[in-house]
Amino acid sequence: MAGAAGPGTGPGAAGGDGDDSLYPIAVLIDELRNEDVQLRLNSIKKLSTIALALGVERTRTELLPFLTDTIYDEDEVLLALAEQLGNFTGLVGGPDFAHCLLPPLESLATVEETVVRDKAVESLRQISQEHTPVALEAHFVPLVKRLASGDWFTSRTSACGLFSVCYPRASNAVKAEIRQHFRSLCSDDTPMVRRAAASKLGEFAKVLELDSVKSEIVPLFTNLASDEQDSVRLLAVEACVSIAQLLSQEDLEALVMPTLRQAAEDKSWRVRYMVADKFSELQKAVGPKITLHDLIPAFQNLLKDCEAEVRAAAAHKVKELCENLPTEGRETIIMNQILPYIKELVSDTNQHVKSALASVIMGLSTILGKENTIEHLLPLFLAQLKDECPEVRLNIISNLDCVNEVIGIRQLSQSLLPAIVELAEDAKWRVRLAIIEYMPLLAGQLVSMCHMLQCIGTVCENLAGEMTSDLFLGSGCVECFTCSACQNLAGIRHCALSPLLPVYAIREAATNNLMKLVQKFGTEWAQNTIVPKVLVMANDPNYLHRMTTLFCINALSEACGQEITTKQMLPIVLKMAGDQVANVRFNVAKSLQKIGPILDTDALQEEVKPVLQKLGQDEDMDVKYFAQEAISAVAQRLRKLDFPVKDSEEPSDPEADKNHFLRPRGPGEDTGKAHRERAARVAPEEAVGAARFRGTDAAKGPAYQLHVNTETHLPNWKLQN
Amino acid sequence: MLLAYHEQKHQDTHVRPERFLSKFCVSQTVPSQQSASAPGSLAALCRDAVPSPVASGARAGPAQGPLAAQSHHAVRGRSDIISTVEFNYSGDLLATGDKGGRVVIFQREQENKSRPHSRGEYNVYSTFQSHEPEFDYLKSLEIEEKINKIRWLPQQNAAHFLLSTNDKTIKLWKISERDKRAEGYNLKDEDGRLRDPFRITALRVPILKPMDLMVEASPRRIFANAHTYHINSISVNSDHETYLSADDLRINLWHLEITDRSFNIVDIKPVNMEELTEVITAAEFHPHQCNVFVYSSSKGTIRLCDMRSSALCDRHAKFFEEPEDPSSRSFFSEIISSISDVKFSHSGRYMMTRDYLSVKVWDLNMESRPVETHQVHEYLRSKLCSLYENDCIFDKFECCWSGSDSAIMTGSYNNFFRMFDRNTRRDVTLEASRENSKPRASLKPRKVCTGGKRKKDEISVDSLDFNKKILHTAWHPAENIIAVAATNNLYIFQDKVN
Repeated sequence: MAGAAGPGTGPGAAGGDGDDSLYPIAVLIDELRNEDVQLRLNSIKKLSTIALALGVERTRTELLPFLTDTIYDEDEVLLALAEQLGNFTGLVGGPDFAHCLLPPLESLATVEETVVRDKAVESLRQISQEHTPVALEAHFVPLVKRLASGDWFTSRTSACGLFSVCYPRASNAVKAEIRQHFRSLCSDDTPMVRRAAASKLGEFAKVLELDSVKSEIVPLFTNLASDEQDSVRLLAVEACVSIAQLLSQEDLEALVMPTLRQAAEDKSWRVRYMVADKFSELQKAVGPKITLHDLIPAFQNLLKDCEAEVRAAAAHKVKELCENLPTEGRETIIMNQILPYIKELVSDTNQHVKSALASVIMGLSTILGKENTIEHLLPLFLAQLKDECPEVRLNIISNLDCVNEVIGIRQLSQSLLPAIVELAEDAKWRVRLAIIEYMPLLAGQLVSMCHMLQCIGTVCENLAGEMTSDLFLGSGCVECFTCSACQNLAGIRHCALSPLLPVYAIREAATNNLMKLVQKFGTEWAQNTIVPKVLVMANDPNYLHRMTTLFCINALSEACGQEITTKQMLPIVLKMAGDQVANVRFNVAKSLQKIGPILDTDALQEEVKPVLQKLGQDEDMDVKYFAQEAISAVAQRLRKLDFPVKDSEEPSDPEADKNHFLRPRGPGEDTGKAHRERAARVAPEEAVGAARFRGTDAAKGPAYQLHVNTETHLPNWKLQN
Repeated sequence: MLLAYHEQKHQDTHVRPERFLSKFCVSQTVPSQQSASAPGSLAALCRDAVPSPVASGARAGPAQGPLAAQSHHAVRGRSDIISTVEFNYSGDLLATGDKGGRVVIFQREQENKSRPHSRGEYNVYSTFQSHEPEFDYLKSLEIEEKINKIRWLPQQNAAHFLLSTNDKTIKLWKISERDKRAEGYNLKDEDGRLRDPFRITALRVPILKPMDLMVEASPRRIFANAHTYHINSISVNSDHETYLSADDLRINLWHLEITDRSFNIVDIKPVNMEELTEVITAAEFHPHQCNVFVYSSSKGTIRLCDMRSSALCDRHAKFFEEPEDPSSRSFFSEIISSISDVKFSHSGRYMMTRDYLSVKVWDLNMESRPVETHQVHEYLRSKLCSLYENDCIFDKFECCWSGSDSAIMTGSYNNFFRMFDRNTRRDVTLEASRENSKPRASLKPRKVCTGGKRKKDEISVDSLDFNKKILHTAWHPAENIIAVAATNNLYIFQDKVN
């Protein structure tokens, strides 16, 4: 439908011959007013093409006046327009005429949609740089004044962002005026405007002379910081960072610190939260001396704030704060003034506070060194590993490696591993996943650490949920390991293959680990211990486990090499091509594509191709699709090897652009909507798992996730064979 | 001073223009519906409707059978019953919402030399369908389209913005004017014929020409999926960037620009629903202090919360409750003490609460008892039993302050509404009805007979019509102009000038 309006108005032939320079432009101009937003958006995005065709004169006298009054449109269109106009100077005749762009941007700077307004301001700032100093005072400064004294607060908020660009280049008289305007905006009736002024205060202070900063900005800052609306006060905290950087230590102490101290004890938790959130920046801005006698006590208060949000924000900053302390005397300060508060936070009543702390606390070990870590931090870690809140446990586990570096694996294994082993049977799959991801790190120390191995084995055992004697069959494999090591490795392997891991993400992680382990221990070990186990699973009644075989083969084939792949794995894969479940069949196609490069050409030609061709005729469209993909990949390889190929069926490219030249609208084109702030919702765990899967594979093929998603939703669903 | 109202106009607001619209533009989207009906024609239609014999009052009676049967809305009751009335900050616009999910906005006519009395007349400015009936398939629940509340946003540019909500979804609407139209196509002639593309020799840039004023209403944001229970209140914060929405058990805080996230600030849902003893009935932000809001409960108490002290406001800062008089305790005590509306005064010093029989004014500095209590219809105390039986006892009357906070107004039954002058302590009962008042004539005070002998002009309690209830009223923020919604009629009265 969208296309009908465009080509429908003129035969497509016109684009080819005839007046081929004007027709497309004529279409573009007409589509500036098309009913379809998408077409209007396209036209606006090609505004430079239109302007180029019209020439600078007509752009100035006709196009820009039209655009100035076109502010009724959808946000996306206005946003694109505001963006385009920022780069339009050349198209209106160069810097001498840059002021022609001000009227349309001025009207865009008054619309209600914040993204559009911000973009218009951004473009105005860009254009201001192209004005000569004379033009700046003749055109740009009056515009800023108009906006600053506008009736509606939207224009006044926009004005706030423009002062800092015109101030440095203005004459002294004008500078005084600009300061005056900024002052009045800082005490505007509307909180919106005061907020905009507060957020631009720091930026404006940077371009002002130091004297003016002290005499004008500081009083403004003090006023904003004691505004009746806490939404204004909290923005003053941000301004504090920039102002503090400009002032000397003495001035800082006299002019800014009283306000900052007040903010840290503000009645409103949102302001205190802001102080906690900006703490590292503040710390850097005020310097080490003030930090020590002012900020540290303030931080202690924030760590025991009555509002959990504030405590959580402060807890997040613990590591950064400690890192930024002067190295000299750092340890003492942390041990005496910070650590006692941290100890209390470990048993906080609020889980967000605890998990915020858990995400950074491990970082302290590098700062405090081995002795202190073992004596003071390890007990905290242990407590957190046993915390009732999974988020806390998870955060600790995922950061174990930095402790590892400090205290060494032996110490870690003695103190933390038992707790980790317990966690392997945690009820939350994310925690179990984190453990699996942590395993290669532990495995890296395997050779010398038999004790460790035992622990890991137990981890795996717990993970697997069961460990039967047949799993020890792999013993006697590789000489360089002791018997027990092998037993435990068998445990690892078992865990990797465990049919009892219901969540896809875990199985995937386990499979990846498998590859890493094979790389570590060599092919012979793999052939004797892992491969048989993998292959046995190909006959499992649960199709999810049959698929796991394929995933394992994908991961193992490269590491194992041609011989093992061709002799042991390929037959199994080929056999599975006759599986009942479509998911298995298209994964066979994918596996064949994957292991294709490893196989020799005989096997490819004789064994792989017939099977793929059969899959290519499958009744399921997804199987067909992936079989086609695989066939073309295999064919390519055969061609490279100068093998005669008869049927190289290249699937036609679905993305082929058959569109009219004016409308190359890709599906991923930015509609401007993405610019609106969107916060991620907390998706349920299953959905995250599913999204993860989609994220990796869905982009490649058709909508086959319909099949696959079921596995995350129905983990225990068995198919009848 | 308040007693000299004259009925300025009957406006059969919802029935006729809306029927007109729905007949011709049933399946169209909102903006196109707007363009199909320029406000001029709507206003004209509305004006025509006034003297028409098909008066809305005649329809208000129970003889609705054949008419109701035609419409699917009839299943749920009449769709044209006004469910909320709200002036904007300047008072120049008045918005009404109805059971059918429609919003009608009236604009005050500017002073006109040729028609000196036209100043103050409100005419239809824009009409749009705000909410549609929906069905929640997961919970097997029907979601009514009825507009529960409308709140205007402070004006930020030439356009006007309002929030409207039904039981579950809040929408932000933009109402803007357009008076220019682009003319001149490259590929088409003026009369719309296609041009020969081979003969395009020059490019034309469209030129904007003035046209008849067109008012558009466009949905800007939809705030959905945040309420499990029915939304009863929305209130815009004085910081101009947040607002709250309250349902029976929770209050959420939203940012006006963010639709996919809201913060829960109050949650009174007990772990075990059997322990539920009260629900939230209304909530409102303080007019000046951005951190203060109040919410009222079905137990007749009001809690004031300070958002500065903590992110979750489950603990209140102040608790307003009047000790119960044990002598008047009865089976109905709890029901009639339930607060149906709470409103801050414009000054921010007082708040007013409405319960079934009275309206109370509280000083924010005194939690122990109200500073004023006004009886709205004390004569109903003896009839509570029958009011319980016909469910009227659960009616949710709203209340409002005059612009100067010197008077308050609230509704009653039989199309009566009550006004109380706080300074002189005088009160008056007025009637909003087509039959009893002529345009530009002063409203006569009405009296309900409570004692044995009925005087002339008095109405006996037994003859009150409980189907004619005035639940929603609004007072112009600066002038003595009031809007009164009586079922499907909107009455606008104003102070008599001379």
